[in-house]
Amino acid sequence: MNAPRELTLGELRFADFTQPMDPSRRTAVIDALSRVLPAENILSSPEALKPYECDGLAGYRQVPAVVVLPTQEHEVVAILKVAHAHDVPVVARGAGTGLSGGATPHRGGIVLSLARFNKILSIDPVARIARVQPGVRNAAISEAAAPHQLYYAPDPSSQIACSIGGNVAENSGGVHCLKYGLTVHNVLRVRGITIEGEVLELGSEALDVPGFDLLSVLIGSEGMLAVVTEITVKLVPKPQLAKVIMASFDDVEKSGHAVADLIAAGIIPAGLEMMDQKTTRAVEEFVHAGYDLNAAAILLCESDGTPEEVAEEIERMKAVLSKSGATDLRVSQTEEERLRFWSGRKNAFPAAGRVAADYYCMDGTIPRRRLGEMLKAIAEMEKKYDLGCMNVFHAGDGNLHPLILFDAANPGEFHRAELFGAEILERCVEFGGTVTGEHGVGIEKINSMCVQFSPEERMSFFAVKRAFDPVGLLNPGKAIPTLSRCAEYGKMHIHRGALKFPELPRF
Amino acid sequence: MTNAAVTSATTDWLAQATETIRAANAQARSLEITGSGSKAFYGHAVLADQQLSTLGYAGIVDYDPTELVVVVRSGTRIADLEKTLAGAHQMLAFEPPRFGGNGTVGGMMATGLSGPRRMTAGAAKDFVLGMTVLDSLATPMRYGGTVMKNVAGYDLSRLHTGALGTLGLIVDVSLKVLPTPPAEETICFSVTAEESIQWANAWLGQPLPISATSWANGQLAVRLSGAVAAVTSACEKLGGQKMSVDQAQTFWASLRDQHDDFFQVSLTSPKALWRVALPSVTPHLAALGERQWIEWAGACRWVRTDLPAAEVRRIAQAHGGHATLFRRSVNDVSLTEDVFTALSTSIHKVHQRIKQELDPNRIFNPGRLYADL
Repeated sequence: MNAPRELTLGELRFADFTQPMDPSRRTAVIDALSRVLPAENILSSPEALKPYECDGLAGYRQVPAVVVLPTQEHEVVAILKVAHAHDVPVVARGAGTGLSGGATPHRGGIVLSLARFNKILSIDPVARIARVQPGVRNAAISEAAAPHQLYYAPDPSSQIACSIGGNVAENSGGVHCLKYGLTVHNVLRVRGITIEGEVLELGSEALDVPGFDLLSVLIGSEGMLAVVTEITVKLVPKPQLAKVIMASFDDVEKSGHAVADLIAAGIIPAGLEMMDQKTTRAVEEFVHAGYDLNAAAILLCESDGTPEEVAEEIERMKAVLSKSGATDLRVSQTEEERLRFWSGRKNAFPAAGRVAADYYCMDGTIPRRRLGEMLKAIAEMEKKYDLGCMNVFHAGDGNLHPLILFDAANPGEFHRAELFGAEILERCVEFGGTVTGEHGVGIEKINSMCVQFSPEERMSFFAVKRAFDPVGLLNPGKAIPTLSRCAEYGKMHIHRGALKFPELPRF
Repeated sequence: MTNAAVTSATTDWLAQATETIRAANAQARSLEITGSGSKAFYGHAVLADQQLSTLGYAGIVDYDPTELVVVVRSGTRIADLEKTLAGAHQMLAFEPPRFGGNGTVGGMMATGLSGPRRMTAGAAKDFVLGMTVLDSLATPMRYGGTVMKNVAGYDLSRLHTGALGTLGLIVDVSLKVLPTPPAEETICFSVTAEESIQWANAWLGQPLPISATSWANGQLAVRLSGAVAAVTSACEKLGGQKMSVDQAQTFWASLRDQHDDFFQVSLTSPKALWRVALPSVTPHLAALGERQWIEWAGACRWVRTDLPAAEVRRIAQAHGGHATLFRRSVNDVSLTEDVFTALSTSIHKVHQRIKQELDPNRIFNPGRLYADL
C-alpha cells in the first residue's frame, strides 16, 4: 500500500465534490424545487447552508448548492425528479453523525435532509415490528417499544442521535451485534425512491420476497441506490436481565486468546469488548468507571436473558476467563454498575481527545484468532512511528478501533500517523479481514477499497449501482472508487474540536 | 482447523468451469448450473445448451470453530458440512432443507431456502459472510470475507443468495456458524390453526428461547433451544405435552427436509404444494383450504391445493405476502404457471437491469427464476 497523500484539512480529494454550480443553473434548480416544495423547506442562503457542510467526518467540508427538507414522500419523488431533470447530484442526509463522510455534500449538489421524516408510524407489539420514517432516532424506536417490553437491537454508540435511515445506509452495528446482528439482520422492509422518482418496496413484513434480495443490497449502500422514506424494523423481547463481567489480563495477547476461548466454549456473549491499558487509563480519568488500571487489557463480557440463564452463563464465562489467565474478574451487581462498566467503553473516543491533540480512528475487522497478533503488531508500530495508540476493540466481532494519537502541530506527525493507519489497514486485509467493519467507506476509506477489491469487483459494484441509478446522481463519488481514483489514499483526520457532536459517545 | 488442500482435481474443475463459462459467453450459449439435483424441482426448468455441474468442486476450505466461520466449496454436500460442524458442536443455524439428503452447498445458497429455525435465527442470507462467484467472463469475484462485520462495498454475496444461479456461478461461500444449543425440548398443544398463530406470536414477544414452531393436523409444536436453565423454565411456564428427544428429532427433520407425506406431490397425490409467505400475524386463511402446515409462527404456510394459481396469489397478496408454486405434479395444469409471484413494475425493472449488467448474454440459468431473467 502506498503512503497516503497529505491532505490539508477542509480539502476534498475529488474535483467533482468541489465543482460549484453555475449561478444561472442554481437559480433554475431552486426555481424548480420551489415549484414542488414549500419555500420554508428550501435552504439556499450561505448561513442556512453552513450547518450541512459536513457530517461526523468534519475534516471534509463543502457547502452544498441547496438543502431541501421535505416532509412528504411525494415531495421526495418530486425533488429527485428535479435533480434527474437538471443532472444534479443528491446526497441524502439523516442526523449527520456518520464517521466516514457518507453525507459529505457536493458543492454543486443538493442535500436532501430527511430530518423531518421523524415519525414512528406504527408499533405492532404482536407482530413485533415498528414502521418508522428514516429521520427517527435509533434510540427513539426502543423508547417507543419499551412499554411492550420490546426493543430494536442494533445499538451503534451514537444511538441517542443517529437516525435509523442513516443506520440503513451504513448497515450500522453496535456493541451487541455478535448476538443480535447488524442493521441488515433487523430490518424487514424498506421503501425507497430511485433517482428516476420511482417507488421501490424492498423486503416485506413477510420474511421473504420473490426475486433477488435487493433489500440486503440497499442496506449499507451509503445512499447510492435509493432515498429511503420508510422502514419496517424487527423488535425483539427485552432480556429480563443483563450482567457484565470485567476481566483483567496482565498481557494483551492473553486477552485476545480469551476471546477465542469463550467462543470455542460455545458461548455467544451479548457483548464482548476489549480495551488496552492506555485506553482504560484515559477513560478512567474521564468517566470513573472503576477499571483495573494495572491490567494490560480488560475484557467486558456481557450475558443477557432470564435470571436463570444469566446465572448459568456468567458461571460458564467466569470459568473460561479464569482458565484463559484472567487475573481478576468482577461481575456487575446492579444495573447502575453494569452501565458504569460500559460507560468507559462508550466514551473512549472523547477520552482520546483529552489525552492527545489529534487522533486517527481506524475501523478494520480481522479474524478473532489474530487479535493477539494484531495487538503485538500495533505495539511494534507504535515504536516504528513513534506515536501512541489506544486500542479499543469490539473483540467478539474482531472489529478494531485503534485510535492513533498524534499532534498535527508537530511537523511530520500527521504524516507518520497516516502511515501508521495505512499499515494497520494493510495488516487487516492481510489477516483476511476488511478495511471497514462498521463505519462505512464514504469518502474516508474510498482509497482503501482499492486494496481490498480487484478492479473487476469494483466494476461490478458500479454495475449494480447503474441498475438502480443509471445516471449516477445519488451520492456520486462515495464508497466505490473509480479506477482512476485508486491511486489516492487517505484517512480520517480529526483535529481537536473538529469532531461534530463531541459530546456523543462513539463506537 | 480444517483445511482442504487445493488438489489437482479442484484446480482442474476450476479451469474447466472457467473455460466453459468463457466459451458460453463468447457464443451466447446458455448454461444450466447443477449440483446433486435435489432441488431441481424448484423454479422453472432451464432449457440450456449445456450443463455445468459443481459436484467436482467439493470440500471445506477453512474451518476454525473459534471464528464461527466456515469456508466451503459449492459442490460440498450439506450433510458433509453439517457433520464437520457437529464435530465441534456447531451448526448451520438456518437449518437448510436437505431434501433427498444429497443437497449441496451451492444449491443451498442459490435457492436461499431455510428451515424451521429461520423464524428466530435468520435465513441463509443472514449467515452469508462472503462468497466467490465466477461472473459471465469467468472472472472470480470475491465479495465479503470471513469476518463478522464488513461494510466495504455493496453486499453482493446476499444478492447471489437466492438468485437461483441467474447472476453467476457460486464457487465457494463463507458462512457464520453457531454453537449447538446446550438444551432442546419440543412441547405440543392441541389447538386450532388460528389459535396456533396467536399463541406463537404472543410467545415470541416474550423472552423465551423459542427456535421453531409448527402447526399441522390440530397440533402446535414449539421447539425451545438454549441454555439448560432457560429451556427448563420455559417448559414449566408454557406447559404442553413434551416430545421425546428421538420423536422431536424425527419430527423437525420431516418438516425441514419435507419427508412427511404432506409434502409428497405425485401422480396419485397431484395437488400442488404452495409455499405462502405472509406477515406472521395474518389470521388463518381458511380460503386456502384444509391442507395446511404452518411454520414460523404463521410467516410460512405450506398449502396443498388445486385452487387456480391466480387465486392463491390473490389471497397471499391481499395479506401482504406472496405465494410460490413449490412443487407440482408432472401432469399438473399449473405447469404453465409462473412459479414465483410477479414483481412490481419498478422492482422488475431493477431485476432486468441487474441481469443485463451482470450477465448480458443471459448465459446463467436463463428463465429459472423469471422468464426474462
